[in-house]
Amino acid sequence: MNRINQKLQEDKKLLSIYFTAGYPNLGDTVSIIQDLEKNGVDMIEIGLPFSDPLADGPTIQESSTKAIRNGMTTHKLFEQLQGIRDTVSIPLLIMGYFNPILQYGVQEFCEKCQEIGIDGLIIPDLPVDVYNEKYKTIFEAHGLNNVFLITPQTSVERINFIDSVSNGFIYMVSSASVTGSSTGFSNDTREYFKRISEMKLKNPQVIGFGISDSESFQQATKFAKGAIIGSAFIKHLTNKGTSKIAEFVKNIR
Amino acid sequence: MSYQVNEKGYYGEFGGAYIPEMLYPNVEELRSQYLEIMKEESFQEEFKQLLKDYVGRPTPLYFAERFSKKYNTKVYLKREDLCHTGAHKVNNTIGQILMARRLGKTRIIAETGAGQHGVATATVCALMGMECIVYMGAIDIERQAPNVARMKMLGATVIPALSGSRTLKDATNEAIRDWINNPVDTHYIIGSVVGPHPYPDMVAKFQSVISEEIKTQLLEKEGRENPDYVVACVGGGSNAAGIYYHYLDKPEVGIIAVEAAGKGVFTGESAATSALGKEGIIHGSKTLLMQTEDGQITEPYSISAGLDYPGIGPMHANLFRTGRAEFISITDDDAMKAGLELSNLEGIIPAIETSHALAIFETRKFNEDDVVVINLSGRGDKDLNTYIEYFNL
Repeated sequence: MNRINQKLQEDKKLLSIYFTAGYPNLGDTVSIIQDLEKNGVDMIEIGLPFSDPLADGPTIQESSTKAIRNGMTTHKLFEQLQGIRDTVSIPLLIMGYFNPILQYGVQEFCEKCQEIGIDGLIIPDLPVDVYNEKYKTIFEAHGLNNVFLITPQTSVERINFIDSVSNGFIYMVSSASVTGSSTGFSNDTREYFKRISEMKLKNPQVIGFGISDSESFQQATKFAKGAIIGSAFIKHLTNKGTSKIAEFVKNIR
Repeated sequence: MSYQVNEKGYYGEFGGAYIPEMLYPNVEELRSQYLEIMKEESFQEEFKQLLKDYVGRPTPLYFAERFSKKYNTKVYLKREDLCHTGAHKVNNTIGQILMARRLGKTRIIAETGAGQHGVATATVCALMGMECIVYMGAIDIERQAPNVARMKMLGATVIPALSGSRTLKDATNEAIRDWINNPVDTHYIIGSVVGPHPYPDMVAKFQSVISEEIKTQLLEKEGRENPDYVVACVGGGSNAAGIYYHYLDKPEVGIIAVEAAGKGVFTGESAATSALGKEGIIHGSKTLLMQTEDGQITEPYSISAGLDYPGIGPMHANLFRTGRAEFISITDDDAMKAGLELSNLEGIIPAIETSHALAIFETRKFNEDDVVVINLSGRGDKDLNTYIEYFNL
């Protein structure tokens, strides 16, 4: 069974962390992953940097620009992750935009992910209908869960369709926003969390965007299986460097 | 086979809507309604009335006698430079603002490179009394001060794009992010035939008035609707889409697309996407774009700010891939010379974008009785500083 599906069966709220590969330094990727696991993080999204990340706010865009300047590429990332399964056992996902994956070759990309032990992909600009028609069989043949996003504006019909195509969890975007733009949830947002949790979808939901601290993590996971922190962690890396990861994780849980 | 968009939003293998889920409701709302709204009689009436009374259409189809004589062929100029605000861009912004009103939107956002589309958007927002926010690369804001001032006079808020390379592609990213953050009350007026479906088709349809008029005008002047060639410069490709539109599926009409070679196609400072680009995804569309081997989008270069977009619209990518259109690239130097030449021969100072299209006659030869229609997409006022510096005027 895929590590993501195993993890989702555990009786706990999951803390998932996103970071941009190659940031702050090109060679930080593996040690960041190891440190996050050591400090009790349940799942990691490894960001494959892209020059034009449409769904992201300034924090992730800047870290991506820096990572690319540091020399991060798809090939480089795969090279760094070679052997990661010798030391890391929690689920690992790659989150990135579709163009770099397309240039690498979707088939080749999936093969490489399987070889390394990547469990899932999050590709915000690969639409669910295109995935379903063209790529689903390739992803599944390589044991990869593809994770789709839903937002407060996503219709019930579409949520059900996304649920039917998904095979891990659904990434629930907390509000109509790019990443890193808000902290704290309004009543509307809590209503939306509640509404979705009451739909009793086949796939559990993990909430992302706008989760930055212990309070927002607690609030989000009242309604969902877990929550993802991205921009806040990147900011922490920017301000405190890679040696204070334990401090960041401890403050969330 | 048709060169128009198919029902799924593709031109051949190009196009589609590769957008994050956060944009899906906005784009889907537009996609499911744009054709019906455009067909409404009241929409058509209002659109045509504004094009006539406000924009000044139909624009003349002018036989450029001295220019023709020099190149020994028959050259007509479609005078989009005479449109209100100085370029074809306003055809699209008029159409889209009427669309936005019918969709119940109250707030307009746009991206702009050189500022022409920003000005055309700010203009129609003033006309309709709607809030207008224009995203513009921080570097372009410095380079294009007069257009920034125009937008401000027209009541628009100009927000600098500070991310990435701080030019047009980043301004487009910022506009898309704004739309993600404001999914209910906002319409995004894209300025070219780029972006997710239905934008390339919708913008092409609003610009198609250009070739629609040419058909009637040419019939009057030459006794036939179809020229032998239509020629336009291509950045994203909206003026080109407009002049090609009604001729796309008429094989007897040759289509010529002119890209900016910058300092030379292989100098590393170029915007010739068809020569340098590879298939990929930019701003929600599958098309040809300039990128690194790793799939990072690169920054193009051209002396003309309106042509330095790293992609081309999916319609044009398909015209290139299928061989339906002939693609030619023109360097900065050759374009500048052609701009000066048209000024001298015809008393018309063209935008530098347009000058690229005019420059093909030095190398691309036509028969004496060929009828060649060039889209004179914009006037050169905005480029005066560049002309002054280049020619030491």
